[in-house]
Amino acid sequence: MSLDIYKINKEFRDIMPQDILDLEDNASWGDPNRGIHDLQEKKELIEEHSLCAGCPEAAALRYILAAFPKPEDTIVVNSTGCTSLMFPHIALHTVHSLFGNQNAVATGIKRVLDWRFPDKVKDVVVLAGDGATIDIGLDYTLQSFFRQENITTICFDNEVYANTGGQESGSTPLGQVFKMAPKGKVFEKVPMWELAVTSGCHYSAKLTVSAPKKVAKVIKEAIYIARHVGPTYVQLYTPCILEIGLDAHEGLGEMKEQDKDRFADFRFVSEDGQALLDQKKEEGLL
Amino acid sequence: MKTQNEETNWSGQKIVSADYMLFEAPRTKHFMTGSEVVKEAIKRCTVDASVSYPITPQSEAAHLIGELWAEGYVGTYFRGENEFGVMSEVAGCAMAGARVVTTTSGPGTLRAMENFPMWSGTRIPVQLILMARGINSPLTIQPDNLEVTFMLETGCMIWYAENVQELFDMTIAGFIVAEQPDVHVPIVTVCDGFFVSHNRESVMLPADDIALPRYDSYKAPLPPIDAEMPPGRFLRDPFVMKSNYISYATHASWQWEIRSAVARSVPYAKHYLQGLVHTTGDLDANIALVTCGTASMQAKEAQRELGKMGIKSKVVKIRSIRPFPDAELLAAVEGVEHVFVPEFNVVGWLEKEVRTSLYNKCTSTNIIGRPRVAGGMTMPAEAIIKEVLENVNKGGN
Repeated sequence: MSLDIYKINKEFRDIMPQDILDLEDNASWGDPNRGIHDLQEKKELIEEHSLCAGCPEAAALRYILAAFPKPEDTIVVNSTGCTSLMFPHIALHTVHSLFGNQNAVATGIKRVLDWRFPDKVKDVVVLAGDGATIDIGLDYTLQSFFRQENITTICFDNEVYANTGGQESGSTPLGQVFKMAPKGKVFEKVPMWELAVTSGCHYSAKLTVSAPKKVAKVIKEAIYIARHVGPTYVQLYTPCILEIGLDAHEGLGEMKEQDKDRFADFRFVSEDGQALLDQKKEEGLL
Repeated sequence: MKTQNEETNWSGQKIVSADYMLFEAPRTKHFMTGSEVVKEAIKRCTVDASVSYPITPQSEAAHLIGELWAEGYVGTYFRGENEFGVMSEVAGCAMAGARVVTTTSGPGTLRAMENFPMWSGTRIPVQLILMARGINSPLTIQPDNLEVTFMLETGCMIWYAENVQELFDMTIAGFIVAEQPDVHVPIVTVCDGFFVSHNRESVMLPADDIALPRYDSYKAPLPPIDAEMPPGRFLRDPFVMKSNYISYATHASWQWEIRSAVARSVPYAKHYLQGLVHTTGDLDANIALVTCGTASMQAKEAQRELGKMGIKSKVVKIRSIRPFPDAELLAAVEGVEHVFVPEFNVVGWLEKEVRTSLYNKCTSTNIIGRPRVAGGMTMPAEAIIKEVLENVNKGGN
């Protein structure tokens, strides 16, 4: 039934906006091999966005949505922050609940979907900023890992509370001057990708979104492992160009710089997770 | 979820109507605590999900719901990390289309507070069984109901059970009323901690091989987040993020709609609770004791003792705090000269509710917000009688 929810009642086709018609006619629903290559050909699951011009979060979200293995059965749980500006534009079931409780809400959703639909695959993906994931929501993020919830958690790490005007977060690097840290941050960037490993994640990755194919591959791997093995975590550098004084066209350059520094690739896969990835490769899904 | 046919639920209980469960099914006498009857009620409600967290005095009720999960009566159950997490977890469960129950007390309620207006704003019919406990510092675990005042404007329905029997019946009725498509808001079923949760009383229960029909989330005013039904774009229009007139108007109208939904529960609640207000004693008395919860028990005892002294009085028990039964209260106290509001908290939230409800309607009625006991102290009937004698009798009857 899930695929049918995107079909438009014939009586209404003549009054529907083109982007809604395109979603039915030319999106990559139901294709297990959908991926980043679809960006050129298929209708994307995000229509416009309301972020700042040149914001890397918008690019990251496009890559992520293109990479979802089964978007028609994917629930996205987000949180308050810049990311919450984008979710009204996404053609999926999404939830915004409170600031920081995203992994708790996602836990409830996943548990009940497994109870109500034991014979169906329903992926639950959390997508929230670093403030929501690592500061105010840290308890709920980690506890969902401890409980081995079958959820993928994606953190859009811009290293700052951007939506509230540029305040220091736990993910801000040491010494960085932001609002509420007028003398510079006095403690190190919280190593969430490492905490994820020690807290029970079967997959943890840290990278920038400078390379679309790499991002898409990581997302697919994380979702497959969360679906079949246990919790997974992906931390993506999506710099707030506004708060670090860059022009709209300079986000990509900043990410490429950080590919060699704070966001040099980190990738952990548990033994069970690796076995699952090997299986998916054999099936031609990776 | 196990396959079920139309006649039984997943645990093999026979599905019956709410009316049959509450009014027609034969009942037998048992001797149980409030916590134990919560288990018995949930057992008969085809509950999909529950999340728990320990805090006195609700912990036992939460354990017993867990036992129901282990026995196959509840679909999914786990212990959350704290009350804020638990209330978010049950929200997720309800968003995904589940009938959900959870329990908490005192400090747990306040820790979780941000979730309750979110519940009502999301229009999820979660049932929270709140076993009231003090929230003051220094630490107390005693049955003070100050926490209820913090719940009043969250957009949730609030019912208040006097005793173990009412807790059983209200828990069942709570799901039925909260899940009505034109209501569909959370329900908080309150009882006084220890006085009800731990008190063992005679209670009449229907057989445990019958249960309510399963919750149908597809009748909800907002679709479940299960990717099984439209709209594909749940938040298609990003009004939340716009600072303009449309945004203000939308948020304002949504808040009004939530309160209207709570108000629309009245006819259902009247039916399934058999009245939002129960009046006992001398119905033509000039003295009314307006109460809720276990203060009603004490007020009834005071009413009997006052009667022996030749003083007529009646007890008006408020069973629904939200919506507040304005019309029923007015009818119950019309012509009464003295209204006393005995309650178990320091601020007198029920007195304020009564004053607001009767403002400019009973201008000749003297409303007295006493006796008021706090910190978990008991409320002896003598305290109520003393107030009546001091304020009404003024030197003898």
